[in-house]
Amino acid sequence: MKYSLIFDSRLCMVIALIISIFPIVQSQESEEVTKQETEWVSDFYEENEECLACHGQSKYTLYDEFNEREVNKLMCECRVVIREDYYSSNHKSFTCVDCHDSDYSTFPHPAALRTEEYYTCLDCHGYDEAYARYHFEEIDEEYALSIHAELEEEGFSCWSCHNPHTYKINVRNTTNLHETIVYDNNICLDCHSDFERFHLLTERDEINIIDQHEWLPNQARHFANVRCIECHTQVNDSILVAHHLLPKEQAVRLCVECHSQDSRLLTTLYKFEAKEKRNKAGFWNGAVLQESYVIGANRNIYLNIISVVIFLIAITGIGIHIYFRSRMKRAKKN
Amino acid sequence: MYLYPRWIRFWHVLNALLCLLLIATGLCLQYSGQSRNLIPFDKAVAMHNSGGIALSLSYLLFFIGNLVSPNRKFYRIRGQNLRKRMVKQIRYYALGFFKGEENPFTVTEKDKFNPLQKISYVFIMYLCLPLMILTGWGLLFPDKTLPGVFGVNGLILTDLFHIISGFIVSIFLIVHVYLCTLGPTTGSMFRSMISGYHVGH
Repeated sequence: MKYSLIFDSRLCMVIALIISIFPIVQSQESEEVTKQETEWVSDFYEENEECLACHGQSKYTLYDEFNEREVNKLMCECRVVIREDYYSSNHKSFTCVDCHDSDYSTFPHPAALRTEEYYTCLDCHGYDEAYARYHFEEIDEEYALSIHAELEEEGFSCWSCHNPHTYKINVRNTTNLHETIVYDNNICLDCHSDFERFHLLTERDEINIIDQHEWLPNQARHFANVRCIECHTQVNDSILVAHHLLPKEQAVRLCVECHSQDSRLLTTLYKFEAKEKRNKAGFWNGAVLQESYVIGANRNIYLNIISVVIFLIAITGIGIHIYFRSRMKRAKKN
Repeated sequence: MYLYPRWIRFWHVLNALLCLLLIATGLCLQYSGQSRNLIPFDKAVAMHNSGGIALSLSYLLFFIGNLVSPNRKFYRIRGQNLRKRMVKQIRYYALGFFKGEENPFTVTEKDKFNPLQKISYVFIMYLCLPLMILTGWGLLFPDKTLPGVFGVNGLILTDLFHIISGFIVSIFLIVHVYLCTLGPTTGSMFRSMISGYHVGH
């Protein structure tokens, strides 16, 4: 059973915990945004329906000419595009054949299309002023250095993490950080907790995320409050989400990298917030406070000053007392 | 005069050692840096957590001990002339002590704490320490703490109360240890807490 997909019960608990947080933390505001997005109607809705008639759900219908009857077949899960997800994604304005070969309009689809080459992010977003602020070229450079890039021969691509049919930029748009954490961690868990997908790209043994992170104190709390990439990427100042995935040996294991005044969370998870709210309400790393509290990273500046002053007063008072005691002792001796 | 029974002496030493451990590890957590930490962060967390649990048990010993033994009477604050007696005691520590005056408070088997001691011990033992212990448990189980109070992150409030009460206990400890050197000899009060016998002036 080495290669079978067996969810460790504890892994299930953690994933359930992460997922269960999602509806609680989802703000009314974001629900409204989602509603507006799903109500958005594509100019190519009818055109796309030609594909989604089959690919829009888990089954499709074939007409058996010999027996003159309709036959229902299961659609392969990885070929299903959920309309709601697609029409709320960043690529919602495209027609299917903008990215896919026009030969798909013939049915049954030609077998050669199964190995169709997909566009990469840079094919559309690279070297274009309109997307300059997203630094796609730098993201590509970072990705090229990452351990994921080593799997390209096996089929790894941008789409392995960023499903073009569902992907939406999250960290800039959300008012709720937990939403971003769940969304981003699910990208990693899609492969790293699903051995069938994981095994598509590597011959490595199954990874048990819970066991791998056994050393991490308050594991469930860490998993629910930070993203995997906080510890598993090389920090980059110029791009919002680091893409240089590090080998596991180089992942962060030192608590103080986050639990300190120079917390790396300010350059990763809270980067977007941190630029505007570095010292919110007298707290060092105040941006973190909106969603969480990180021991060591959040210290109150005013409390620090008051405590030092009180400490000095106490020590000075004792010092003066000792001075007069020693004078008194000397006077008694004389 | 035998004033400090065995259980009080045991609790007192245990409480002092645990407070020292918690102050040291607490400072390491509060002022953790990316380098040069007195105790590594992960070890400081483990030591602070264990120390906190032990302090809770030690406090339970003190609380139950005081409930069932006559020791509780020493913590009863009498309001009569309290302010006057406190001022007298402060004046003694600040001036009278250096002039060789008699301590305005005489330790007896009925009353072993002067008014300043009583007020500070009650404040520390029945307000500060319970607050520190409760907030400490809150931080040990952050999922169980209130998510927010009046729009403020519940964890921040819990941590602030924990840090403030911890700081007050630290200052108390420093002053307490110093005032204990003001006995007939510098070490006499410390010896009393080991032998159980109070040595008067």
